[in-house]
Amino acid sequence: MNEMTPIKTTIKDWETDQEVRWCPGCGDYAILKAVQRTLPEIGADPAKTVFVSGIGCSSRFPYYMETYGFHTIHGRAPAVATGVKLANPDLDVWIITGDGDALSIGGNHTMHLLRRNLDCQVLLFNNEIYGLTKGQYSPTSRVGTRSPSTPFGSLDRPARPCAFALGSGARFVARGIDVHKNLPKVLKAAHAHKGTGFIEIFQNCIVYNDDVFAPFTAKPNAAANQLWVEHGEPLLFDGGTKGLTMDVAHLTLKVVDVVDGDWKAAGVIVHDQTNRGLAHMLVEMPQVGFPVALGVLYDDPAPTYESAVVEQNRAASEGKVGDLQKLLAKGQTWQVEKEPHVI
Amino acid sequence: MATAVHQVTPEEANAHPPSESVVVRFAGDSGDGMQLTGGQFTLSTALAGNDLATFPDFPAEIRAPQGTLFGVSAFQINFGSASIETAGDAPDVLVAMNPAALKTNVEALKPGGLIIADEGEFSDRNLAKAKYDSNPLEDDSLAKWTLMKLNISQLTLDAVKPFGLGNKEALRCKNMWTLGLALWMFDRERQPIVDWLKAKFAKVPELAEANIAALNAGHAYGETAELGGQVGQINVPAAHVEPGLYRTVTGAESIAYGLVAGAQLANVKMFFGGYPITPASAILHHLSRLKEFGITTFQAEDEIAAVAASIGASYGGQLGVTSSSGPGIALKTEAIGLAIMTELPLVIVNSQRGGPSTGLPTKTEQSDLYQAVYGRNGDAPMPVIAARSPADAFDCAIEACRIATQYMTPVMLLTDGYIANAAEPWKVPDISGYEAFPVSFLEEVPEGGFLPYGRDDKLARPWVKPGTPGLLHRIGGIEKKAGTGNIEYSPANHQEMTDLRRDKVAGIAIPDQQVDLGEESGKLVVVGWGSTFGPIHQAVRRARKRGLDVSHIHLRHIWPMPKNLEGLLKGFERVLVPEMNTGQLKTVLRDQFLVDAKPLNKVSGQPFRIAEIEAAIDAALAT
Repeated sequence: MNEMTPIKTTIKDWETDQEVRWCPGCGDYAILKAVQRTLPEIGADPAKTVFVSGIGCSSRFPYYMETYGFHTIHGRAPAVATGVKLANPDLDVWIITGDGDALSIGGNHTMHLLRRNLDCQVLLFNNEIYGLTKGQYSPTSRVGTRSPSTPFGSLDRPARPCAFALGSGARFVARGIDVHKNLPKVLKAAHAHKGTGFIEIFQNCIVYNDDVFAPFTAKPNAAANQLWVEHGEPLLFDGGTKGLTMDVAHLTLKVVDVVDGDWKAAGVIVHDQTNRGLAHMLVEMPQVGFPVALGVLYDDPAPTYESAVVEQNRAASEGKVGDLQKLLAKGQTWQVEKEPHVI
Repeated sequence: MATAVHQVTPEEANAHPPSESVVVRFAGDSGDGMQLTGGQFTLSTALAGNDLATFPDFPAEIRAPQGTLFGVSAFQINFGSASIETAGDAPDVLVAMNPAALKTNVEALKPGGLIIADEGEFSDRNLAKAKYDSNPLEDDSLAKWTLMKLNISQLTLDAVKPFGLGNKEALRCKNMWTLGLALWMFDRERQPIVDWLKAKFAKVPELAEANIAALNAGHAYGETAELGGQVGQINVPAAHVEPGLYRTVTGAESIAYGLVAGAQLANVKMFFGGYPITPASAILHHLSRLKEFGITTFQAEDEIAAVAASIGASYGGQLGVTSSSGPGIALKTEAIGLAIMTELPLVIVNSQRGGPSTGLPTKTEQSDLYQAVYGRNGDAPMPVIAARSPADAFDCAIEACRIATQYMTPVMLLTDGYIANAAEPWKVPDISGYEAFPVSFLEEVPEGGFLPYGRDDKLARPWVKPGTPGLLHRIGGIEKKAGTGNIEYSPANHQEMTDLRRDKVAGIAIPDQQVDLGEESGKLVVVGWGSTFGPIHQAVRRARKRGLDVSHIHLRHIWPMPKNLEGLLKGFERVLVPEMNTGQLKTVLRDQFLVDAKPLNKVSGQPFRIAEIEAAIDAALAT
């Protein structure tokens, strides 16, 4: 995020006059509301805010935000956003993308955005399906996903967005759920982080992939399967009756029972959001037998790309004046005084 | 259809003796430093006041296996006291540093021309690599030329002995020895080269000294040694040129400078997004050193990111520029469509090379004209400009910036590998003589309300910087409603917007087409574009000297075309269009004006020879 004077706005100030055209019941509505609720709370200025998106259901998002917005082309939002931010580092840039947009066609740009650490927020709406093109399996779909293009089940193993982000050098990695009350908190943390704030948001596609996340998002499953991490707090879930400890022999995480709330006795790890190794383990936990780690999994700021560019431009220009006429006359030149005589 | 397969006969080659100009070709292994030799010879020639044109011709491989035929790197320079517009048809002098260089270049040499060969490199091994059965320096196969055998390798080793270099390093000075000899032959100053060597090897003075010693030794050899009357000093007098300050410039340099000038004249900062590709990378290299001009350069992860970031920067309020060559332009195409749809300024430089696909990365072609004019999905009109020479590229880059910022549109600037790499003398322009075209960002809600897709009298929409209060709006690649820019798919709106985009580009104000040489009507006009300017111009000039009724028109504006062009073309009985492709401009001219344009095509990776075009002129007038 940027250093800026807080601006007083209400949720209404962030809504456009455009009719929102997602399917009724789509998780995108909840994410839109969460963003519109968060921005007034962080004192953001609509005029200095830019939403950049690619292609897909999620990428219609900018049309519904009363800010500057650019709905670009499939997969390229990170590249366009890089240009926007380099042209004007004072802008607060948000990238809206999906699993296909960010990890399939735009995987390369996502990787390089994270590696460069451009100061912006990336909201990756992961619904494990191509919604806008009517339900083909996506790079995050589980093996065996039946879809119009994979009637006998998909064969390729899914990408894991947060593992991809960490592997690309991300300095902020978080997870949220479309309808969960904690989403604004995660958004705020990403915005407070100077650098690329990467958030994977589990988003339910009611039409093509309904309830794919229900094993951990449905009310009856939530407590036992969601682990909301908190910096400095033990990694507990299921009402504090279970926790994560280190299986030192195998260098992996292990679920342990916590008896009478004595998590220390059970050896439960305290979350350190600056611990990259821990973050890797949290995002790589198997889907069976482990909870889903949510919240701010990793947050360890590093210098941002645009600030380095600004600084290098400044240093390289120091003491120099951009005199074009001088530049043109530089190097080996010669003066022709008059027409040479004819021999 | 005419095809340029005509081989120049000795009679033709000598029919118009270019007494006032000399063509020299340096050829050697790609590790022999021939491009450096040529570049420095060019510099000293320019300093001597000659007009000149050059043709660097090198392999795509960084270091092809030594001594092989495909590893030969050559540099040709044509210089003289008359106006020089081509690198010359046939060399008068060929410097061959090894058997492969001799084999691949000797056939181009004029009959009677001089071969200077390094006999030290004509070992059995090197002869075999060059697929010679016997040593051409020893048999009679070179009889129609003048042969000068020198053991340049040994002479160089002797000259640099005092500096204690290893054998390999010492032999690297061969190119300077050769340059010294060439400088003597053409009475050129050594001092600029000496200064350059000192600067280049400032950190390793012994290398500077060794190279200078080799240079001096080559020069002294010419002055004192046993040249046996084969060759004396050739004095080419200075050319008639307008008084003023001159320098040499390559196309890549002049495009970089032109873009800087264009951004200044538009009063905006420039953002340049690029990705390495031959032969376009040099533009990125030049601009990345010019931070004090308010330029941000960005080496992106790929061609698509390079253009997408440039579009993002244009949206952010800077002038986005991207540059590539054919394959890279193909990758950028979807994003160029986005810039057309969102009506943002963008300059795209295409340094064309031989295609399709990877094609001939280091060879020249003009085969991306269709790609530039038509190569996008949807009805996606975009202005296209083509530079004719390294010096002309400066003005063309400014023109591209003007159109992009004044009309809120991407503009493609076509150049090619020949223009990008070739050097020519350039009268340093007086930048105060250029008319400024400052952009005005919309900063307040105008009377009657703000419309992101409102239009001015040029049909351009307003340019608004994000960060401006009160003008918040959204843009994107989906069809927009006229005026508001909101998403709108309705049939009537799409028709209206398609027409608007077409009319905006069609209505761009461009200067009337001039006739470059000859009358404004007559029997034959030769119409060209891009780097074929030199050979076409010379061919038309020669034909006119012989009394033929032929004119030359060279297009800068490929799209839209000048308003008076149709009238001009229809004033001629015949239209001949020489191109280094299979007839792309020819097709566009036929389509636009229903004229019977006839093609003359060459796609060998080599520029046209003057004689080839002259022969086509004769043929066209004979029917």
